[in-house]
Amino acid sequence: MPFLKSMVGRKIVMAVSGLMMALFVVAHLLGNTSIFAGPNGINAYAAKLHELAPVVWAYRLVMIILFALHVYYGIQLTLENQKAKPQVYAVKSSLSATFAGKSMIWTGSIIGFFLIYHLLQFTIQVTNPEISAGRNLDAVGRPDVFHMVVLSFQKSFIAFIYVGAMIALALHLTHGIQSFFQTLGLNNDRTFPVITKSGTLAAVIIFLGYIAIPLIIFIGILKG
Amino acid sequence: MNLTLYVWRQKGPDEPGRLEQYEAKDISPEMSFLEMLDVVNEDLIKGGKEPIAFDHDCREGICGMCSQVINGIPHGPQEKTTVCQLHMRHFKEGDILYIEPWRARAFPVIKDLIVDRSALERIIRSGGYISVHTGGVPDANAILIPKADAETAMDASECIGCGACIAACPNGSAMLFTAAKVAHLAMLPQGRVEAAQRVCVMTEAMLKEGFGNCGNHYECQAACPKGIKVQFIAKLNREFMKAQTKDTGRRLVSEPFSG
Repeated sequence: MPFLKSMVGRKIVMAVSGLMMALFVVAHLLGNTSIFAGPNGINAYAAKLHELAPVVWAYRLVMIILFALHVYYGIQLTLENQKAKPQVYAVKSSLSATFAGKSMIWTGSIIGFFLIYHLLQFTIQVTNPEISAGRNLDAVGRPDVFHMVVLSFQKSFIAFIYVGAMIALALHLTHGIQSFFQTLGLNNDRTFPVITKSGTLAAVIIFLGYIAIPLIIFIGILKG
Repeated sequence: MNLTLYVWRQKGPDEPGRLEQYEAKDISPEMSFLEMLDVVNEDLIKGGKEPIAFDHDCREGICGMCSQVINGIPHGPQEKTTVCQLHMRHFKEGDILYIEPWRARAFPVIKDLIVDRSALERIIRSGGYISVHTGGVPDANAILIPKADAETAMDASECIGCGACIAACPNGSAMLFTAAKVAHLAMLPQGRVEAAQRVCVMTEAMLKEGFGNCGNHYECQAACPKGIKVQFIAKLNREFMKAQTKDTGRRLVSEPFSG
């Protein structure tokens, strides 16, 4: 049986693509923290990324492939799993399965739809054209990413969407990170408890880091 | 004590089934769960009704036949216990118990609480043989095995193939069962010879039998009456990756040998 049809092979694809996207999520968060340095921080960061366009596009291509694989096999495996359990119990107690684990397909879908919205908003900049960084330049002529982000998150609707999506991401990562180590066979009696706890801790740290930006802007600590 | 039971009744594989209510009266706390069902069945027979069909064999907790989900937990609420070794002292007067068969596509219901678990036999059979010399009894300690490895192999070999892991799994996956069998043999030098083929053909057999994929929920470990750990699933995954580097593994993946 080919690797990509086998049970374990497809799980390995899910695990590896998932972890690589999780690493991107960390890198993206580190880049985002430049907003706390004010307009000069994030606008310079964005301008530098534009200079590195070929590298950024190569990176994006890899991310698109990883995303496509993760979504394709995620849906395929979920459908197979539902087929394997056609009848549910009248009474069912969960012994160790978590809400995060059982809702992977749903938190994954929320992240997928959020990603589309996020790209339309801050990358393609079509949702709120009046504040788009492409049209509004800062004092030194760079696209004004800082004001685009700040003015967006001052709207409760947008801040709410971002925090909600980050809850889905945190749940997804809580199950996903520890799952990576189990699927790649890196668990044994010694590492198992440490990996499970560290996975949850990493998910919480990423969650707090991400929600800090919309919340700090929304409550008015960081102003335009 | 007196209990109310809701038991899954199904006349045959293709018949629709439903939960029916029964009263279990004057149950002694010393009885096992199966003995309690025996009492209920005697009442049913006396009343001219069809008794509840359920699987059982050794009643010593080692055969793995008593496949019942009690209040949503395979083998009931007592940890590391089969239904036959579950005693009524763990329940109290007036308890309401839901008793259902294992639920999975690969485990079709034959009647009432009896399911066909022969898919597990076919997974075992797909694993084939181990290469050992026949003839005279080998000298003790001719093959040295580290104590820790022998212990781990023994832990994996405790699996009685009852199917509680599949019954508990939200995905109906037989990963813990297959992992126990793969890990048991892969831990020992006698099982290393065919280790690469074995992990590939057994996971393929699992897929073909209609079991789901492992989602790392670890319900299986919590439900296992023998305490088989999910670390063996990690071991299976390692064995699968190692097998990908071997030609024999790859060739036999597409040509599984039939037992």
